[in-house]
Amino acid sequence: MSALAISELDVTLDGAAILRDVTLRAEPGTWLGVIGPNGAGKSTLLHAVCGVVPYRGSISFGGESIATLDRRTRARHVALVSQSPTVPIGITVVDYVLLGRTPHRTALSSPSRTDRQVVRTVVDQLDLGRFAKRRLTTLSGGERQRVFLARALAQQSAIVLLDEPTAALDIGHQTEVLDLIDQLRHDLGLTIVTTLHDLTLAGRYPDTLAMLAGGRMVAQGNPHDVLTPTLIEQHYGAPVRVLQDNGDIIIVASRKSGAA
Amino acid sequence: MRDAAQRSSAEIDLDTEVAPTTLRRSWLVGAAALAVAATLLGLMLGPVTMAPHRVLLELLDHVPGVRVRSGLSPSNAAIVWKIRAPRVALGLLVGAMLAVSGGAYQGAFRNPLADAYLLGVAAGAGLGATIAIASGAHSGGGGSQLIPIAAFGGALIAVTLTLALSATHSGERGPASLILAGVAIAAFFTALQTFVLQRHVDTIREVYSWILGELGGATWRSVWLLLPYVIVTSGVLLAARNSLDVLSVGDAEATTLGINPQRVRLVVVIAASLGTAAAVAMSGLIGFVGIIVPHTVRLLAGTSYRIVLPLSLLGGAAFLTAADLLARTAFAPGTIPLGVVTACIGAPFFLVVLRLSKVDR
Repeated sequence: MSALAISELDVTLDGAAILRDVTLRAEPGTWLGVIGPNGAGKSTLLHAVCGVVPYRGSISFGGESIATLDRRTRARHVALVSQSPTVPIGITVVDYVLLGRTPHRTALSSPSRTDRQVVRTVVDQLDLGRFAKRRLTTLSGGERQRVFLARALAQQSAIVLLDEPTAALDIGHQTEVLDLIDQLRHDLGLTIVTTLHDLTLAGRYPDTLAMLAGGRMVAQGNPHDVLTPTLIEQHYGAPVRVLQDNGDIIIVASRKSGAA
Repeated sequence: MRDAAQRSSAEIDLDTEVAPTTLRRSWLVGAAALAVAATLLGLMLGPVTMAPHRVLLELLDHVPGVRVRSGLSPSNAAIVWKIRAPRVALGLLVGAMLAVSGGAYQGAFRNPLADAYLLGVAAGAGLGATIAIASGAHSGGGGSQLIPIAAFGGALIAVTLTLALSATHSGERGPASLILAGVAIAAFFTALQTFVLQRHVDTIREVYSWILGELGGATWRSVWLLLPYVIVTSGVLLAARNSLDVLSVGDAEATTLGINPQRVRLVVVIAASLGTAAAVAMSGLIGFVGIIVPHTVRLLAGTSYRIVLPLSLLGGAAFLTAADLLARTAFAPGTIPLGVVTACIGAPFFLVVLRLSKVDR
């Protein structure tokens, strides 16, 4: 049974159709990459799965429709790291990670022993111990991304959605973060869904890719089938060369003909 | 053995290092001690200074079932119990309410400069009080009894209008739409208040005195009237402390953590506005308490609302009681309006907080 199944999903915001008739699946323990040009509806897709935006159609986790789940239960199934998470003023790393325990606590309860143990485990897993008492605002972009990921892991949900996890990171931190996500997926059996702009990274990490364009699903399958010059040029409007390097896919943008 | 001891010590250190921030008992005891100290000084000091043990014995004498002799003369005993005690009690309640409401508003709107007057409470209460004073002046001075009721009613009408008008066509109330609606309602009510004042220029002095706030008219009746509002609304706000921490990551992410941000914001706004409306109805418009106290707590003890709200409650009570003591003793036998004292301390502090906020961003 699929960890995440989306069927005939429509999202309309302020009268504009953002997603239309989107159907896709993510199998347990796999990594699904969602790609597409700006405005394709990638972030909206993740927001619909988390219940942040209203939708029509069906979304289910492990065969259970999310329409039947209350907010807290849904949050125990799926966690989201958005593209630019708000960093609360003055919050420490450990307090930020603790927010991930919200779906497991009542509104009035203090952090339980289990909450503290989970936070401790996640902080160790992501090697954040030396930052634990530092304010989040004082960390670098790469360190912050690990803290955002830690908060999502503290939710202990089987599905983790990451919206552009490598945005604003240098190439070293991009691979560090994506390697870490891949390792956590293997170690914890997580189902990962990421949106990605970098098509070379999209070809390297996810098991399967879904390409959105104009709010519709235009291609879905393994990276070799989706990352083709024809599909990319058709939907991104850019001519590219797709190179192979020991099985890895490398996307190189070409200059448009006629450009000086 | 030694290795085991060293490892055990290292593990304990790591546990301490990754422990979430909690409200330390020392802060709680310290804030409570400040409130007790301000209370005691407020009862002791004034035109007639009284010994602390006699004041305590006099208070004890009013506990049901307890009979002790304080040694105070009947007139001094009356000063303690009938004049100073209700004034101090009202100061504690109003200060606690304004501070905890300010802290909660800052969390609900993710705006470090928000306070409980943001959505029109002050403008509504001001209009209500102005109408009561103006009508009282016309009818031969009977308006003063109506001031608290009119101020409370005006504040509630203003906040209700703000909440009603802030809903977008989709029925949502985001922080920006609430603040904009609050600004519009406040401007409208202030304009009406100015109009009423212009029509009754003889009441300007009294209205101005009310606007600057004072506790001189405090009675036990006003304390008992305010007490249930403070208990219920501050209880609701304290219960929302964990949710306010979650709200700090933004509405979208709070939703993914299982919180309904709009519902939390609405509950906080209603509780804080109701409590503030009841407080200002008894004391007039006292500014800056809702800004100074929560920010002092943040700077000293931590930014989590698990810390900010309980300590603001106690700190606000202590601060306003101490400010009132200063207001009535600094230039005795004259008094300074309470709002002037809080603003004189608050304005410079406000600028410091503004600078620190920029640094942290």
